[in-house]
Amino acid sequence: MGMAAAESQFHVLAVDDSFLDRKLIERLLQKSSCQVTTVDSGYKALEFLGLRQGIESNDPNALSTSPQEVEVNLIITDYCMPGMTGYDLLKKLKESSAFKNIPVVIMSSENVPARISRCLEEGAEEFFLKPVRLADLNKLKPHMMKSKLNNQKLEEIEEPSKDENGTVAAAVEPEIKDSAEVGSKILTLQSELETKQELLQVAQQEEQTLSNNKRKSLEEGLSTDRSRPRFECITTAV
Amino acid sequence: MELVQMQKSLQDYTKSLFLEGVLDSQFLQLQQLQDESNPDFVSQVVTLFFQDSDRILNDLSLSLDQQVVDFKKVDPHVHQLKGSSSSIGAQRVKNACVVFRSFCEQQNVEACLQQVKQEYYLVKNRLETLFKLEQQIVASGGMIPAMELGF
Repeated sequence: MGMAAAESQFHVLAVDDSFLDRKLIERLLQKSSCQVTTVDSGYKALEFLGLRQGIESNDPNALSTSPQEVEVNLIITDYCMPGMTGYDLLKKLKESSAFKNIPVVIMSSENVPARISRCLEEGAEEFFLKPVRLADLNKLKPHMMKSKLNNQKLEEIEEPSKDENGTVAAAVEPEIKDSAEVGSKILTLQSELETKQELLQVAQQEEQTLSNNKRKSLEEGLSTDRSRPRFECITTAV
Repeated sequence: MELVQMQKSLQDYTKSLFLEGVLDSQFLQLQQLQDESNPDFVSQVVTLFFQDSDRILNDLSLSLDQQVVDFKKVDPHVHQLKGSSSSIGAQRVKNACVVFRSFCEQQNVEACLQQVKQEYYLVKNRLETLFKLEQQIVASGGMIPAMELGF
């Protein structure tokens, strides 16, 4: 595709077996200016990405998109799903050379510290407690930016302009990491500005988000009943 | 009834639902996701919740009516109901589900189910009233007042 980062939106693949939750996450992501594809299982997610384990795609009804055509900047998945859990999906993605660099976020309605740390250890970027909020999604922009930038750099490797030697140096990869980091730092700052503006618009929720930070909840041992504390935050907010 | 009065009634009614804990801030999140491009988002999602819940409560009643109750089948239903009620901000239904799951393998599951049903029918009734109030306002050519936080 080769579009500039500013022109094309982030594309998020959302996985949840609950129709209601799929509608919600879809709307949340749209409201955050993302392009969304929703699927109802880990299997369908892998299918969409083009990862059909050991099954050749001779089926005429199968998706015709190949991994190169479908650019996914982030995968957000529910943890508790029948068959393949969100954790199983995460593992499969991290084990695949094609997709291990796509950032993955896990959502769950249960605050189980062991579950959270297991997912983070397996490579999940974030773990969100449900119900997921708009403010939570603001945390995703840096991850998606970096992913998009990496994809663009990879495209440039694949179509290198002939230099004098006509070779693509092996040193290209380390270079890319540095410039991607610088690039993503700049973009992180930009997205932080955006984030701040959005947070100002929903000022009360920012307070709640800080106190509900999922990693903090591990340390502070907050109870699973989040709704009452949040409501109190609203009443005491100025 | 005058438009201004209808709008005031709606605001008061909505506030009371929050104060009684029938709804929590997640419902406000839903309202924020509604805009010109998705003008019926809240009622769409709430309708999904009603459909899901009616089905789940029906299945639960059947499961608990059995001679031998299979609690392994009961828990996933309650987990699902807990999830969907939490997703729309039906706080008391969610809490009743949490209680249900804690006592699932003990004696009084029947009482737990009744409690869940009670909270569900309450929130269903309240939300249907809320939507009617909104419809009346819109039918009279008015705008739905934005929910004021900090009450």
